[in-house]
Amino acid sequence: MSPDELHYLESHEWVGRDGDVAVVGISEFAVNQLTDLVYVDLPKVGDTVTRGETFGEVESVKAVSDLYSPVTGEVLEVNSGLEDDTSPLSEDPFGKGWLMKVKPSDDSVEGLMDGPAYREFCKTSDQ
Amino acid sequence: MRNTLAIRPLTEMSRPGYRAARFPTPDVPDHAPADVLPAGALAAAPPELPELTEPDVIRHFTNLSTLNMSVDTHFYPLGSCTMKYNPKRHERLAGLPGIGDPHPYRDEADLQGMLQILHELQGMLAEISGLPAVSLQPAAGAQGELTALLTAAAYFRDRGEGEQRRKVIFPSSAHGTNPASAALAGFDTVQLKPTKTGLTDLDELASKVGEDTAVFMITNPNTLGLFEKDIEAITALLHDHGALVYIDGANMNAILGLTRPGDFGGDMMHYNVHKTFTGPHGGGGPGAGPIAVRDFLGPYLPGPVVKKVGGTPERPEFALHTPSKSIGRVRSHFGNVGILLRGYFYLRTLAAAGMRDVSERAVLNANYLRSKLKDVLEIPHPAPCMHEFVASASRSKKNRQISAMDVAKRLLDYGVHAPTVYFPLDVPEALMIEPTETESKATLDQFADIVRDILTKEDAETVKTAPHTTPVRRPDEVKAARQPVLCGVAKGCGTVPVDEVTVSA
Amino acid sequence: MLAEVGAESVEDLLAQIPASVRLDRPLNLPEGLCESELQRHVAALAERNRPRDAANFVHGGGDRVCFLGGGVYDHFVPAAVDEIAGRGEFYTAYTPYQAEASQGSLQAFFEFQTLVCRLTGFTVANASLYDGGTAAAEAALLAIRETKREGRVVVLGSVHPEYRQTLSTLLEYLPADVVTVDCPNGVTDVAAVEAALTDDTAALIVQHPNFFGNLEDAERLFAAAKAKGVISVQVFDPVTLGLLKSPAELGADIAVGEGQGLGIPMQYGGPYLGLFACREEFLRKTPGRLIGRTEDADGRECYVLALQTREQHIRRGKATSNICSNQGLLALRATVHLALLGPQGLREVADLSVRKTHYLADRLCETPGVTKAFDAPFVREVCLRVEGGARGLLGTARAAGFDLGPALSRFPAELFPAEMRAEELVLVAATERRTKQEIDLLAAALSDDPAATPLDRGEPVLAVA
Repeated sequence: MSPDELHYLESHEWVGRDGDVAVVGISEFAVNQLTDLVYVDLPKVGDTVTRGETFGEVESVKAVSDLYSPVTGEVLEVNSGLEDDTSPLSEDPFGKGWLMKVKPSDDSVEGLMDGPAYREFCKTSDQ
Repeated sequence: MRNTLAIRPLTEMSRPGYRAARFPTPDVPDHAPADVLPAGALAAAPPELPELTEPDVIRHFTNLSTLNMSVDTHFYPLGSCTMKYNPKRHERLAGLPGIGDPHPYRDEADLQGMLQILHELQGMLAEISGLPAVSLQPAAGAQGELTALLTAAAYFRDRGEGEQRRKVIFPSSAHGTNPASAALAGFDTVQLKPTKTGLTDLDELASKVGEDTAVFMITNPNTLGLFEKDIEAITALLHDHGALVYIDGANMNAILGLTRPGDFGGDMMHYNVHKTFTGPHGGGGPGAGPIAVRDFLGPYLPGPVVKKVGGTPERPEFALHTPSKSIGRVRSHFGNVGILLRGYFYLRTLAAAGMRDVSERAVLNANYLRSKLKDVLEIPHPAPCMHEFVASASRSKKNRQISAMDVAKRLLDYGVHAPTVYFPLDVPEALMIEPTETESKATLDQFADIVRDILTKEDAETVKTAPHTTPVRRPDEVKAARQPVLCGVAKGCGTVPVDEVTVSA
Repeated sequence: MLAEVGAESVEDLLAQIPASVRLDRPLNLPEGLCESELQRHVAALAERNRPRDAANFVHGGGDRVCFLGGGVYDHFVPAAVDEIAGRGEFYTAYTPYQAEASQGSLQAFFEFQTLVCRLTGFTVANASLYDGGTAAAEAALLAIRETKREGRVVVLGSVHPEYRQTLSTLLEYLPADVVTVDCPNGVTDVAAVEAALTDDTAALIVQHPNFFGNLEDAERLFAAAKAKGVISVQVFDPVTLGLLKSPAELGADIAVGEGQGLGIPMQYGGPYLGLFACREEFLRKTPGRLIGRTEDADGRECYVLALQTREQHIRRGKATSNICSNQGLLALRATVHLALLGPQGLREVADLSVRKTHYLADRLCETPGVTKAFDAPFVREVCLRVEGGARGLLGTARAAGFDLGPALSRFPAELFPAEMRAEELVLVAATERRTKQEIDLLAAALSDDPAATPLDRGEPVLAVA
């Protein structure tokens, strides 16, 4: 997906639409900040996730970060391959490195940044 | 010389039929396990342990020991860890018959000497802290924290404030155990922001303290090696809101006999006997984390504690006692007695004058080293420091790409253990240095010279690729985290026929 | 040194401590002792722990004969264990954060993990926890995190009472309730456990062999837990694994235990060794320190602290546990001990302990009023019922130079159901160190017939061990 078409949380998770399904991941900026990724902990299919609340964790050698959901709904699918090999996330965070697919309970993107706004946000937080 | 054969994994050295330990022939011929236990409970074969001779085992572990740095072999200025010399006399005394061997369920009447030692230790720890009620039960500092927080929770619940007081506050420079212990005791955690001075910002603290605050946890001197000069105002603020103050005793080595947590407003604290009172660190443990608390918290302490119940001054009598509103137990048995004993031996040797001397020398040594290093490393906080200080390698990182970790690794080549790196998190490229009181001026001078050479004389590439002389270099931690291997598999078992085996008697 | 720091005295450096909180008097501590004085002082106190009564006659001046159990046992410790653990390179080293300076400790702890895996049948073991009791509590916490079930933790009444107390204390302010299934008959009723396992139960904690020395129907208990999605925790005794099926083979998900029997002196209750092993899937939620094997910059096999991101110094308030130290030196002792024993040695220790405990049970039951408390198979410890209370029997044994116990009366009464009449119950154990002669002498001392006891002869009948 094109980064500009996505919506973002300040904690660097993105959400995009693929038909009725919301796809969730973390941004390239976040992946670069985290450096050597070693592990991703994802929810189970069927779990309910809530916007602004944690749904998993991403782990590098030196730190662990919570993953916050940009969307509320039921988890339809997770990118379980990442639990064995995180390289798709490191190499293609907006594509093959997606984290979960959710059946959203509403279409609202209120409170999320759009692509250009997020780019600006990263510029300021990088200083 | 390095013996690579002897340090192969035990499972690779194993040969069928080899064995070291032998046991008596059964003098009770009946009651074989197969006769008295149901067949369904028995394993087909014993566990696959390695089979070795006694010389194999001794060579293996003796050679492994030579791959370690330790206080006995190297200067070990690891900040926050108080790597002081561990007197050899303690080891001998802790193993005396009657001291090292009593079973925990022996009758109290037959343990009066042990109980006297533990009772005396309780009293000494109360005096040093200025807090009268002591529990020796916690197994380590982190468990001491948790125990004290559970004690506080029980106290608040008893007062009807259990639902209300949900928060535990701590500075950003706190040890990671503080928030971890608070979470385990069921509290919400609130972290203060880092400050320029390195000291707690009273205004920020005041903005976070309220009637929902249960405990403020603070290390004093703090993890930057600075005494919290506003400690009285801090503790008064907490007490005004009905909250309690916890003193993390990790840095007690700086203030023994100089000031006491109870005197500066602390309500609870833990000791790290393995730091301050020379219980050896053991490669990561065991520790002992006794806690001392104010009298009104005493009834909630875990049991048992030792109480004097009578006897004569020459032959007092003691008993185990569970406090009236005790939180219960935080572990099985009395405590890590073997480590507590070493603390007792240390205190009985040094006494009051010695305690003060320890801290004065620890503070002088740290300030001396700080002064010797102040032009080669940045030291973000003003002098003087207490028993340790935090320096920063950010200038060398910027100018020469030499990080704190690089300096740490290069020190190993010189036969010096590295300081603590990257803690506290508030200081970039942190090197936390604690020389302790047991190091001589000559050792400190030598260390300062080495650091100076590394930062000013050596070429950056040598430092950045260090260490060069250690048994291994820069292990791949990413690999260890991505595909963790936590136990070995047998590779060479079964290659030697049983009849060729020599057995050590 | 003062000149270098620009101070006139150490007092200048201490000025940062506000005068108002400075201690203005010397600490009130006992007078200092030099090494020889301290040795005399401690030796005198040690003598008060070595009562000189009839034991003097029986054992040629030696200490009481230990038939005490309750999870701590008087096993033989080979000299080689003390020799290795006494090396300053091991015992004065810190936690192996700098891998290059700590390969000795790291490899030893990795080997410890390997041996714990071999004992338990799992592929994940940590580098130790404080003791058996806290290890059981850590297992419960893992189960709560893993299952996200915050309703209850079910613990059997046949689990060590001090472990149960520890569990209750440590879980008191967390959402899950600790629910106990009583065990009045010495072996737990599987149906009662099944009834207690609700849909929001995170863990079932079973001790096997249990606190009373008896075998539980562990396989059925673990199967019952599995059927409800409950994580099974087995509290095991490593010495008995010389004979018994491993926790993994029985179907447990996590195995925890007290490692004191593996070369660790009894030293009045600690430090001991908490063992923790589990199924591979819990790896990243495991508490405590883990050592991993990896390669260094030159491709050499080496060892590091692995998965530190689980730990408190990185994850702080969200760590898998608050534990910071471990029991490294004791883990080293256990590793050396197991390396010396090997599979055959461990089996022999277990075998001898079983035989002698059964012989001890038979002989003690010859004493009027003494019977086996339960009609269940027991392993290396047995629970006896002494009609009218156990105190008298223990006193008679002590006077004759033998320690028996623990009596269940030393634990809080509410930990056992009233119908058990716990005040009449006492545990005894005989390890491989005990001899038939010692057991016979004990039986004679407890018998009503004074002619049957050799104590009256007033001379040592046993050589010093």
